[in-house]
Amino acid sequence: MPRAKVARKSTAVDMTAMCDVAFLLLTFFILTATSRQPDPLDVKIPSSTVQFKVPDKDLAILTVGKGKVFMEIIGADVKQTTLQRMANLYSTSFTPEEIKRFKVISSFGVPFGNLKQYINLNAEGRTKFEKQFNGIPTDSTINGELFRWIKEAREATAELHGVDMRISIKGDAEEEYATVRKIVDVLQKQKVNKFSLITSAEAAN
Amino acid sequence: MAELDTSSGGGKGGKVRSKKQSTRVDLTAMVDLAFLLITFFMLTTSLSKPLAMDIAKPDKDEKNKENKFELKASQTMTILLGDKNKVAWYMGVAGESQPNVENYTELRKSLLDNKKKVKEAMGKDIIVIIKPAPGSSYKNFVDAMDLLNITKTNISAPAIDDDPAHLMDNEKQALVAAGIYKQ
Repeated sequence: MPRAKVARKSTAVDMTAMCDVAFLLLTFFILTATSRQPDPLDVKIPSSTVQFKVPDKDLAILTVGKGKVFMEIIGADVKQTTLQRMANLYSTSFTPEEIKRFKVISSFGVPFGNLKQYINLNAEGRTKFEKQFNGIPTDSTINGELFRWIKEAREATAELHGVDMRISIKGDAEEEYATVRKIVDVLQKQKVNKFSLITSAEAAN
Repeated sequence: MAELDTSSGGGKGGKVRSKKQSTRVDLTAMVDLAFLLITFFMLTTSLSKPLAMDIAKPDKDEKNKENKFELKASQTMTILLGDKNKVAWYMGVAGESQPNVENYTELRKSLLDNKKKVKEAMGKDIIVIIKPAPGSSYKNFVDAMDLLNITKTNISAPAIDDDPAHLMDNEKQALVAAGIYKQ
């Protein structure tokens, strides 16, 4: 009796379906990814048990650390309008090229007078350049630069999107409360009494 | 995984048949690459967004500074945030009772206790005033606000009194005595 021959099966697996799924996921992640830019000011945020997530539009984030304040305006259109409004206030102007460059800068912390120079640097140069300054000047008068930035950003948001801009403070855990208070004072000066503090998650126990 | 050409080898004489080519393409390398990229994008997308703790501060009325909200002393608990991650709290009027110096884990129990006591004695909700003193860090402030959230002692909005000028002398003395005041 001849031995029953085992049919030799091909080891190749059909990859088509797997490939489809893989690329579908890939497309999804590429489209949802907002590349994370490194923060120029390295802060360690405190943790809390709140559940409310930071919104991702109509928002300005004030990063506080080492006594300095950096500002980040979310949304390219608001950023552009804010810059133009600030330029009007200080009677300067920015070229379209400079505006385009400013739109991709996440957070900045230089006095307005040095902003032009700052924009025209590359990413590495900016980090070095920022070290010379003490963040955005924070004197709480109505002519203070931080005051004006926030005010113009709020007005720009209201004008473009018709909503109130939210303001979040991202402070370093070890920062003295007095520094944070200075910024809160600037906010209260323009009747912003509601703002949020950015924290990381912590399990409630 | 190369495909084996399973089509029968050369014809036995006769007509020359065109070789039947396999239409299957090897996708392995493509899948490898796709998954590599997926992994990369998954890791770089910030999946866990930071959280926002909402703070509402009372309106600062610059014009009439006398327009103040009066509180019953026995209903209020004042928490002084001091140096070295410590707090000092007292009930009622400053200077009448010795402030209790505690750390943040102990504060939670005190908050719950005082909340219960006030509710039993007066049938009203406790009012908590937070005073960050010099030396307290931003983290301390966030922790204190978080504790109020956890213990639900913030039914009526907590009052944040962060003006250094409002830190009363006897409060300051108490902090200095406890060694948690930073000059």
